[in-house]
Amino acid sequence: MQLPRVRWHIAVFLTPAVLIYSTVMIFPLFNTLRLALYAKVDQERVFVGLENFRTLFFDPIWSEQFWNALGNNFWFFLIHMLVQNPVGIALAALLSHPRLRFAALYRSAIFIPTVLSFVIVGFAWKLILSPIWGIAPSMLDAVGLKSLFAPWLGKEEYALTTLAMISVWQFVGIPMMLIYAALLSIPEEILEAGEIDGVTGLAAFWKIKLPLILPSIGIISILTFVGNFNAFDLIYAAQGALAGPDFSTDILGTFMYRTFFGFQLQLGDPHMGSAIAGAMFAIILVGVCLYLFGIQTRMRRYQL
Amino acid sequence: MKSKFMLTALAGTALVATSALAEDVTLTVESWRNDDLTLWQDKIIPAFEASHPGIKVKFTPSAPTEYNAVLNSKLDAGSAGDLITCRPFGASLALFEAGHLADLDDMDAMGNFSDVAKSAWQTDDGSASFCVPMASVIHGFIYNKDAFEELGLDVPTTEDEFFAALETIKEDGSYIPMAMGTNDQWEAATMGYNNIGPNYWKGEEGRKALIAGEQKLTDAQWVAPFETLAKWADYLGDGFEAQTYPDSQNIFTLGRAAIYPAGSWEISGFNAQADFEMGAFKPPVKAAGDTCYISDHTDIGIGMNASTEHPEAAQTFLSWVASPEFASIFGNALPGFFPLSNAPVEMNDPLAKEFVSWRGECESTIRSTYQILSRGTPNLENETWGASAAAIKGTETPEALAEKLQAGLANWYAPQQ
Repeated sequence: MQLPRVRWHIAVFLTPAVLIYSTVMIFPLFNTLRLALYAKVDQERVFVGLENFRTLFFDPIWSEQFWNALGNNFWFFLIHMLVQNPVGIALAALLSHPRLRFAALYRSAIFIPTVLSFVIVGFAWKLILSPIWGIAPSMLDAVGLKSLFAPWLGKEEYALTTLAMISVWQFVGIPMMLIYAALLSIPEEILEAGEIDGVTGLAAFWKIKLPLILPSIGIISILTFVGNFNAFDLIYAAQGALAGPDFSTDILGTFMYRTFFGFQLQLGDPHMGSAIAGAMFAIILVGVCLYLFGIQTRMRRYQL
Repeated sequence: MKSKFMLTALAGTALVATSALAEDVTLTVESWRNDDLTLWQDKIIPAFEASHPGIKVKFTPSAPTEYNAVLNSKLDAGSAGDLITCRPFGASLALFEAGHLADLDDMDAMGNFSDVAKSAWQTDDGSASFCVPMASVIHGFIYNKDAFEELGLDVPTTEDEFFAALETIKEDGSYIPMAMGTNDQWEAATMGYNNIGPNYWKGEEGRKALIAGEQKLTDAQWVAPFETLAKWADYLGDGFEAQTYPDSQNIFTLGRAAIYPAGSWEISGFNAQADFEMGAFKPPVKAAGDTCYISDHTDIGIGMNASTEHPEAAQTFLSWVASPEFASIFGNALPGFFPLSNAPVEMNDPLAKEFVSWRGECESTIRSTYQILSRGTPNLENETWGASAAAIKGTETPEALAEKLQAGLANWYAPQQ
């Protein structure tokens, strides 16, 4: 009849993580949300309730910028979903082919850009695509396609897509690695059983492997979503805080930065900036919830 | 044993710290002029430290486009330097109103400056000055003298001559007529719109009328600069849409372009880079004999962080900045930044001399968007960047751009409503 022992070690092991996480993540998050409810009037910080959000969504000047940034953000996300993830899956499928030689070399080469800094990626690609010093125009020239070249980063209609493709180039290694791992974990017996039933080659991929890696694809999609809606670095490194040309590459991250910290003669407004940060948080939260409750719970899982 | 050692170590550091405090005061200067780092370290700071023992100065610049953001967060966090390089107008006024910049009216040395020079760093009613004016920059065009000689071109003075010269260079084909890109947007506004604009809106007359609400950005004299900029596109290099500011600088200093729409701040950099002779001409006027207007923009001041720990030392430094001695060091160490103090400064650099000589021939004005008009949302200066870039690229008509700017300004600025 002994009382259950108090398991101190649980508390002891949890405390450091909880403390650090609270001070550097949870507190700043809620403080930012709180900051969004204030405004500066005559050097005094006053509580204004949801006024900042009303300005952000309904004032014609603010809302135009906000919807522009949100629209651009969705386009940015769409390109990643349509290009990065299918290419990542295709690369993983190729890499997991048992007869592929130098698989390790390809794997590392494709993954390397992921560990590069945004600044390096932005700068390198700006140079590659530069109409003046870049190698892109001369490479196209060498194959007689010079006419296809345009100063992509400087044209409203191409700039965002170009940046999205650069980002895809940088991060395609992540879906590739995750899917590759998922593909390797599929037992040989299942594939062999399929072969006996006459399911081979591409059919084996579509009918056996793909259903088995769907949960990984779901995780990749949600990681892409969160990553894209928090994106800022690449656009800032390549196009600056004004996200030119003419705001065509402005996404929520750059819009928030410009508003929060100010730019050139524009003064920073931490309160409106926090309101934008709050909106970003809400968008990501809704997206993640939709995925968690709408998709993941319905996804079929197979016992391997 | 161990604790005893710790004690002595602690006492030791404490002693060192206090003695250092008694000996030297270190002043930190916040600035966006990272290009000037070596000049400060090699010329300005040694000159000051030689005549003011006991005060050490550290120059800690950040990137120009990030300066305001970085400075504001540092000031709010209380970690900003003792001396603050002041942007003209709105940004610094906001810092003063927020109590970050000290009032400098009691400083005797402020008498060394004209009212116009001080106006960029005063409250609207002129009752308080908070930065010592350091320098202004003048806009114009720098050209490659060798290229002009080779093609037998004369320096253009009227707009027709200007475009004729561009046409000749283009036809010849060995040089890009003009080195400018629209990728970074600000060159289009600063070196384009505000460079040629004063000739159309008649400098101060138009600028003040705009502030007073007597003229609108949709008036002919404010639309015309966009119309002229639209004609520039034919003479910029291939792919100018993605050409950045450093690209343009390099194209010109490598001798690949003949004309560079410039601000005088380029002079020292260009002198170091270019191995051909350069000249400068002022923004061309419409018809020969018209009064010319130049943008002689009060660009840099320096003020004191109101919460500095060394106010006396900082004041000493500021008084020195206001002195003729500093003006002559600065003006010659940084040709292209023209000191604003009343004491005349003899320039050695021929290009800088050329720029500064226009002060005698033309009416001076400052950039139209800087005073008062860029205080609200949307920010007129930032909007003008986009509009000027769009005008050059031809993505919108000059009228539509002016319409948009006017609507933005009228949105918050009462005299324009």
